[in-house]
Amino acid sequence: MIRPDAEVSGRLTEAPSGAPPIPRVDVDPFSNEFFENPYPAHEALREAGPVVHLDKWNVYAVARYAEVHAVLNDPLTFCSSRGVGLSDFAKEKPWRPPSLILEADPPAHTRTRAVLSRVLSPAVMKQIRDRFVDAAEVKIDRLLAKGSVDAVADLAEAYPLSVFPDAVGLRQEGRDHLLPYAGVVFNAFGPPNELRQTAIERSQPHQAYVQEQCQRHNLAPGGFGACIHARVDAGDITEAEAPMLVRSLLSAGIDTTVNGLGAAIYCLARFPEEWARLRSNPTLARNAFEEAIRFESPVQTFFRTTTKDVDIGGHGVREGEKILMFLGAANRDPRRWADPDCYDITRKTSGHVGFGSGIHMCVGQLVARLEGEAMLAALARKVATIEITGPVKRRYNNTLRGLESLPITLKAA
Amino acid sequence: MPTIVFIHPDNRSESIDAVVGESAMQAATGNGIDEIVAECGGNAMCATCHVYVDENWIGRLAAMGDEENALLDGVATERQPSSRLSCQIKIEQGLDGLVLRLPERQV
Repeated sequence: MIRPDAEVSGRLTEAPSGAPPIPRVDVDPFSNEFFENPYPAHEALREAGPVVHLDKWNVYAVARYAEVHAVLNDPLTFCSSRGVGLSDFAKEKPWRPPSLILEADPPAHTRTRAVLSRVLSPAVMKQIRDRFVDAAEVKIDRLLAKGSVDAVADLAEAYPLSVFPDAVGLRQEGRDHLLPYAGVVFNAFGPPNELRQTAIERSQPHQAYVQEQCQRHNLAPGGFGACIHARVDAGDITEAEAPMLVRSLLSAGIDTTVNGLGAAIYCLARFPEEWARLRSNPTLARNAFEEAIRFESPVQTFFRTTTKDVDIGGHGVREGEKILMFLGAANRDPRRWADPDCYDITRKTSGHVGFGSGIHMCVGQLVARLEGEAMLAALARKVATIEITGPVKRRYNNTLRGLESLPITLKAA
Repeated sequence: MPTIVFIHPDNRSESIDAVVGESAMQAATGNGIDEIVAECGGNAMCATCHVYVDENWIGRLAAMGDEENALLDGVATERQPSSRLSCQIKIEQGLDGLVLRLPERQV
């Protein structure tokens, strides 16, 4: 798998004299085999060196916590405006108009980011908290009445879909486009493999839906979407920018939390001791969710592009190169975490990169935590046991790690 | 090494050695001050590293930015004039002896 003695040749790198060559790793992190079990490859990537070269897609990658954190926190050297997927916007036409926040650099990014930060601020979370908590309790009551359910469709998907579109202020009709649209967005960050090509080919109806729902007249007053459009009146953003920022909520606000919740339930179903600790102390719900984000890293990867020749861990990398960041590998790097492969709901999780880090760190992280805390607290109070009762099926996506199906039986407390 | 004095909600005080250049949040989380949660890891996004700065010290800290000011409106316990986010307090030698009171909760 690893050929640490081989040197990357040609235009790709020019190691400073005396510096060891960048290890080449024969791993395809966008293959079904990898999706099924990324952990041996994550370890190989971390142990190969601070930066590695993936021959399969001809790209550099970092998988250790220190380097992933450093790349995330140096947006001037490692830019986002050339795309945060493998596709380099300087060389290829993006599949959709680039995001004004995710795929932007300062100073342009600073202004749009400030708008979404305020729309999704801690103060706003206080206002929506009760609604989200009530909805979680109602959802668990209904699932308990059924007993046997699919934790993915009936819980991890159903709960966010029951609160987030309303919080944005979306119309009722057409919401079934939301998850497929997000699936396309996150597949499109990957390489031009079948997952990406097929997703983009089928994306037109989903794109049309999203574009229409982002318009001001389709967004209910008081919702996140209307709040974004209100910033046009304040002069903070233009009329053309507002729908694009609403689009960011619809791209990144649902499938991410779906996979975060799915990860948490899958953890609690697999680790009964941690489930017992949560039941005996439901105030651990928020940290149990956070630890599941570290443990499973629902968003596995993002890319940056170098804006100049740089040194990464003693290795030279030229300007204009894509750098793949393995968030999931960083979150289990033993250099940073004690017992990294252990799901521990009392772990000090601060500093994990499951939501990223730095100026592009997930702007919706507070919504995600609110959903996670509300759902896990409701489970802890109302449910005695979570038992996996059927085959667990993984869902394949170029960026998102999660399940297609998790059959469980819930017993009431 | 500047010393920071944290006062827990039960009035117990705990002195820790901080490193110049790190944030008061990092000094706290690195020294087992459990009341500082810091969910976002110091990116000024979550308001879970809230502290009340002792009145003798509040005027000696660098002024807060707009983002911190907006985030403080969402802290879990009451916002007071002495409220700051500890991730935005950078430790320098002149802050030796800084006294920070910890709130009852962060979420």
